[in-house]
Amino acid sequence: MTATVTAPTGASPARRDHQRPALRHRLAERGIDRTLVLLVPGVLFIVLLFVYPFLYGLQLSFQPQSGGGFLANYKAFFADPYQRNTIWLTLRLGLPAAVLNVVVSVPIAYAMRGAFRGKRTLTTLLVLPITLGTVLTADGLLNYLGPNGWFNRVLTGLHIVDQPVTLIHNYTGVFLSLIITGFPFAFLLTSSYLSGIDPSLDRAAATLGAPALQRFSKITLPLLMPGLAVTFCLSFVLAFSVFPSAQLVGNPSGSTHVISIAAYHAAFDQFDYSMGSAVAMIMAVVMLVIIGLVLAGRSRLYVGSTSGGKG
Amino acid sequence: MATATATGPTTATAPAPGARPRRALSGTPGRWLVWGVVAFFFVNLAGVILSVVVSSVSTTWFDSWFPDGFTSHWYGDAWSDFSLGHVLLVTAEVAAFVVVVSLLIGVPASYVLARRDFPGKKIVMLLFLLPVLIPPITYGIPLATVLYKLHLAGTLTGVLLINLVPAVPFVVLTVTPFIEQIDPRLEAAARMCGAPTRKVFSRVLAPLLVPGILAAAVLILVRTVGMFELTFLAAGPGSDTLVVALYNSVFAAGIRAQQSVDAMAVIYTGFMVVLLVIGLRFVNPSQLVTRVKEEATK
Repeated sequence: MTATVTAPTGASPARRDHQRPALRHRLAERGIDRTLVLLVPGVLFIVLLFVYPFLYGLQLSFQPQSGGGFLANYKAFFADPYQRNTIWLTLRLGLPAAVLNVVVSVPIAYAMRGAFRGKRTLTTLLVLPITLGTVLTADGLLNYLGPNGWFNRVLTGLHIVDQPVTLIHNYTGVFLSLIITGFPFAFLLTSSYLSGIDPSLDRAAATLGAPALQRFSKITLPLLMPGLAVTFCLSFVLAFSVFPSAQLVGNPSGSTHVISIAAYHAAFDQFDYSMGSAVAMIMAVVMLVIIGLVLAGRSRLYVGSTSGGKG
Repeated sequence: MATATATGPTTATAPAPGARPRRALSGTPGRWLVWGVVAFFFVNLAGVILSVVVSSVSTTWFDSWFPDGFTSHWYGDAWSDFSLGHVLLVTAEVAAFVVVVSLLIGVPASYVLARRDFPGKKIVMLLFLLPVLIPPITYGIPLATVLYKLHLAGTLTGVLLINLVPAVPFVVLTVTPFIEQIDPRLEAAARMCGAPTRKVFSRVLAPLLVPGILAAAVLILVRTVGMFELTFLAAGPGSDTLVVALYNSVFAAGIRAQQSVDAMAVIYTGFMVVLLVIGLRFVNPSQLVTRVKEEATK
């Protein structure tokens, strides 16, 4: 911010004052010149539409509509078991979904390293669920997994189950929707991290006689771990903010009453913007704590070049 | 999972172990297991999408593998029931506006971030990174509250503003590496030949940056059309985009015939697939989730 404020003043006095080494030059040496003006719209935009609303929401959450001290919203949230449980319900959905997505995508990405025929088609197909989004996935899951849907028909037809399994309007439905939209995302990220690891490292270990499993666990996996940590964080953020699928294929007032529904409900059904902001802030804090823990763990891992010694 | 485990043992015996020992050891069963899991995923994904498509053209479909008959009148119903003409117009307006404005704001900013080193650069970078990292619904609720206070929520302006929030940082993050790849000496040469800043931009940088701008534009377009949470928070009657209209109709299931809802879902899918096909002509798919490193290493 300081940079953008000083830039215009640094531009004009240079002509007036020849004695002093122009301020403009001294600033330019530190990287401040007229080009920084180009940054102004962007920064202004983010400050006005992102930082300001966030801070506004933060202070609003300390001004409860029903009075009772500035922490009243937070006290009310944590005192009410129905509200408090939303954190647990969200974590119970988001953490296993994110872990599963990352864990499954590693062997698949590993098996699909390198170029093979149809790789681009496969990637395109994987991008499809991400582009289609959660709302369409939810609508499709309602048809497909419903008691008369194809999935249950196959299961009963193969005599795996006698009665159709209840897969929608409960925890399972939301979980599956998180897998369908989350797995391709985790896979694409993992495989792009994996493609950054030099295959010659693996080959070098192979010439020294390391078996495949050892090459994976001793070489590829440690190099991949920092990337996996980031993949996990992003998958978790996606799963944690689950809203449409929890409403549509879940049981929004029961087992999938996740925190984003609680925040939405408070703000736009009860018109208690103050409480809604408070829940949104709690959501942000919980999420940042988890991400912080993962990234702290990541910093203990090996971070460095993933390419071989010689180019 | 059933298919995955079933294919494993049967195919593991197929390849001759003597032909390429290393390959066989490195996990033929494992490889088939992987392909099985992927196939299982795609079978189910196809089921999810096809069940919507089939349902949208069926007369009645309750307790059978396939519907009793086929009809196309649900599309007409959906078109008039959900006033899809208007919804599509709003969607196109929002998408076009967001793409153009986010490029106008984002590209100059990414130029500075790619070329200059100035005090506070890290903070600015963080500012542009946060809206991409924080899920929309978290910052969307306070932002929508502000919009309500300004009486902008429920209007097209509100929808446009709220959709710009993730778009601008996304343009910055996508375009910055493209600018970093352009040799700064080209600009210096143009300046030495006497080109003013405006011309350096329009004659030198812009043409070289076309791939980057196209990539950013396509990604923003797909993301904006598919952006549910933010639009949902800011939209009101008359300013719904397609995805919000779809959500509302699925949520209010029972009011309309399921086939009509599915018809709208198919229209939405078609819309997205067309965008995707156009997009993939310009962009590498993995760029949808992350910026590719391949570009830099090429």
